[in-house]
Amino acid sequence: MTPASVALIAALLAAALASVKPLGLYIAHVMEGRPIWPVRVGAPLEGRLYRLCGIDPGTPMGWKAYATALIVFNALGALAVYALQRLQLWLPLNPQHFANVSADSSFNTAVSFATNTNWQGYSGESAMSDLTQMAGLAVQNFLSAATGIVVAIALVRGFVLREAKAIGNFWVDVTRATLYILLPLAFVLALIFVSQGVVQSLSADKDVTTLELLHYTQPKVDAAGNPISDKAGNPVMQSMATHTQTLPMGPVASQEAIKQLGTNGGGFFNANSAHPFENPTPLTDFLQILAEILIPAALTYSFGHMVGDTRQGWALLAAMIVLFVSLACIIVHSEQLGNPRIARLGVDQAASALQPGGNMEGKEARFGIGASALFATTTTSTSCGAVNAMHDSFTPLGGFVTLFNMMLGEVVFGGVGTGLYSMLIFAVIGVFIAGLMIGRTPEYLGKKIEAFEMKMSSIAILVMPFIVLLGTAVAVSIAPGKAGVANPEAHGFSEILYAFTSASNNNGSAFAGISADTPFYNTALGLVMWLGRYWPIVAVLAIAGSFAAKKRVPVTAGTMPTHGPTFVVLLIGTVLLVGALTFVPALALGPVIEHLMLWGA
Amino acid sequence: MNTLIRPALVLLVIMTLITGIAYPLVLSGLAHWIFPEQAAGSVIVKDGRPIGSRLIGQAFSDPRYFWSRPSATAPQPYNGLGSTGSNLGPLNPALTDAVKARIDALHAADPGNRAPIPVDLVTASASGLDPDISLAAADYQAPRIARVRGLDLAAVRALIDTHAEGRWLGFLGEPRVNVLELNLALDALK
Repeated sequence: MTPASVALIAALLAAALASVKPLGLYIAHVMEGRPIWPVRVGAPLEGRLYRLCGIDPGTPMGWKAYATALIVFNALGALAVYALQRLQLWLPLNPQHFANVSADSSFNTAVSFATNTNWQGYSGESAMSDLTQMAGLAVQNFLSAATGIVVAIALVRGFVLREAKAIGNFWVDVTRATLYILLPLAFVLALIFVSQGVVQSLSADKDVTTLELLHYTQPKVDAAGNPISDKAGNPVMQSMATHTQTLPMGPVASQEAIKQLGTNGGGFFNANSAHPFENPTPLTDFLQILAEILIPAALTYSFGHMVGDTRQGWALLAAMIVLFVSLACIIVHSEQLGNPRIARLGVDQAASALQPGGNMEGKEARFGIGASALFATTTTSTSCGAVNAMHDSFTPLGGFVTLFNMMLGEVVFGGVGTGLYSMLIFAVIGVFIAGLMIGRTPEYLGKKIEAFEMKMSSIAILVMPFIVLLGTAVAVSIAPGKAGVANPEAHGFSEILYAFTSASNNNGSAFAGISADTPFYNTALGLVMWLGRYWPIVAVLAIAGSFAAKKRVPVTAGTMPTHGPTFVVLLIGTVLLVGALTFVPALALGPVIEHLMLWGA
Repeated sequence: MNTLIRPALVLLVIMTLITGIAYPLVLSGLAHWIFPEQAAGSVIVKDGRPIGSRLIGQAFSDPRYFWSRPSATAPQPYNGLGSTGSNLGPLNPALTDAVKARIDALHAADPGNRAPIPVDLVTASASGLDPDISLAAADYQAPRIARVRGLDLAAVRALIDTHAEGRWLGFLGEPRVNVLELNLALDALK
């Protein structure tokens, strides 16, 4: 690791830690409905909005009603995105005159954005109209992130409430999370992005005349646009020359900001945050990484504040940071080592004052190794899924860690809201295991953990490995699954495993060589994203309802403290054991074999 | 149903108006007003004609120019509408073949130069539109530029130095140089 990489990780943690308390407190106050000034300013608008919708903000809901409202709201959102894609040719704000998107791709993208996954089977600059991007995709960026926040807050309320039947009003929660938390942060961040060169324009794409005449070949097509083949079946190529380069335009910055803050990750362009119009400078890159962990980290403080013991929140954050730093160091180190097969060709991969060195395939010169590897760690551990470097071209060990991060269930900071509620489920399981070991009734934050909570926790934790492994097994067994693979041998398996891991965990990043815009992958991954999102959410809300209905047991000498180093170690152990053991065999078939082949030969 | 469908539908419409229409439009207006050049793609204009963006790289194969990083976009490199990386895995033979071909092309353009080649000059970028190369990659190409253009090597190196960008605050980003700007400066030398 170079000194600059170490400084980068340190600066990221420092910036994140500095914002944890103020932002965490702000989020808690907004979600508790305290009359702080932004809430007072927004109150008239909020009141009118509730009247229009026929919402009574004073009536809280039980967990079943809360879950139903959440799923109906998300399903309607997915439907809207689907409709926008299917009709975009006839709708306004389509300066490029993009055609309507196919049914299977539209289904996949609609589910993808509603579930906060933002897996992208399509290529943004050549498929989606400005209206689809703004009114469809960007809206779900906000609402899916808000959905994550409200589930986490509902679970926290479960710990706080005593003998209560209701856990909050979903409509009010989702409105407040969007208007007071996500929207202002996104606005400020988007303006900073524009100042650095992120595009924000509704005009048509721009043609420029390049310095050099570019000669290239492309497949010849007939009048219908199908490629022509010669007698041997090879495509007929034609020579072309051009002085023109087309610069893509669009409302990029507004989408970029919420894409990072909401841990959504769906890029405006195909290359995502590697594209210079999405992420032009090292400063925007740093802010993008910070934005991914900003809210997930702050929510741990909101949790501690709301349960009346901030140490509880810091304990969760400590466990996250320990895991995060360890994983980040492995990726940085591995990518900096580079690729021995390329070194052998007489290529200089050593880091120096003049070059980053290392494995630069699929990385940008302005980010080099440190910023690319740190981005990869953050994006896979937060469920964001944006990329500023191509994970498919990472070293086997680097690729291993990106996969492993997701397999832990997105709890190392995790997604907006999902990180906190998933980590709390691990805490419940950890406390339960510890309780079994010492022979006491397990309790967490004064709530007894009983059979119902353990059943729901198991459901919440186990659905992900189940659909990842089942999906991967199906895909590697049938022709449409194998057809999409781009790289040979073990790496091809990793591409499929990555796709299902990413979709199930609502991450959205990819080993992007895989051709996933096919009816098989669009459908399979769409289903997996839906189950991976709402199955655990319903289980978590059930736990919230059950905890809320319980009394609070007083702390005694026999109560296990859940704020000290012992608990942090227990929590890390639980996350690693559950996450790792499930996936070791699958990982051995992919990146582990590849690592041995790369360095063994 | 009235307590479920109506709130869901109306709230979705209102949120679409706020976050999907008002937010990007207000931001577009503000961006256009405060940062007009950045918001419109940081376009470089020469003799009244747009000749590229400061942020989007261009393909160069003439030995008179500094070459950009290899690009995996199709059908032509640096296709502004087709951003992508190669997505070749580290063990894929296609990757080593591609690197070999790029090494051969660099050697053919500058037969006398057998220095180790900086890795970013023979590996494809993530976006396929990378505007920069490392300072090492620029330095490696300097002797060729000097020879083909009949310039002093020191003059070419000085030009690289004036266009070099360092790490921001000492740790953000990598030392690099913008290829299009560097080549425009080369053309402006005489």
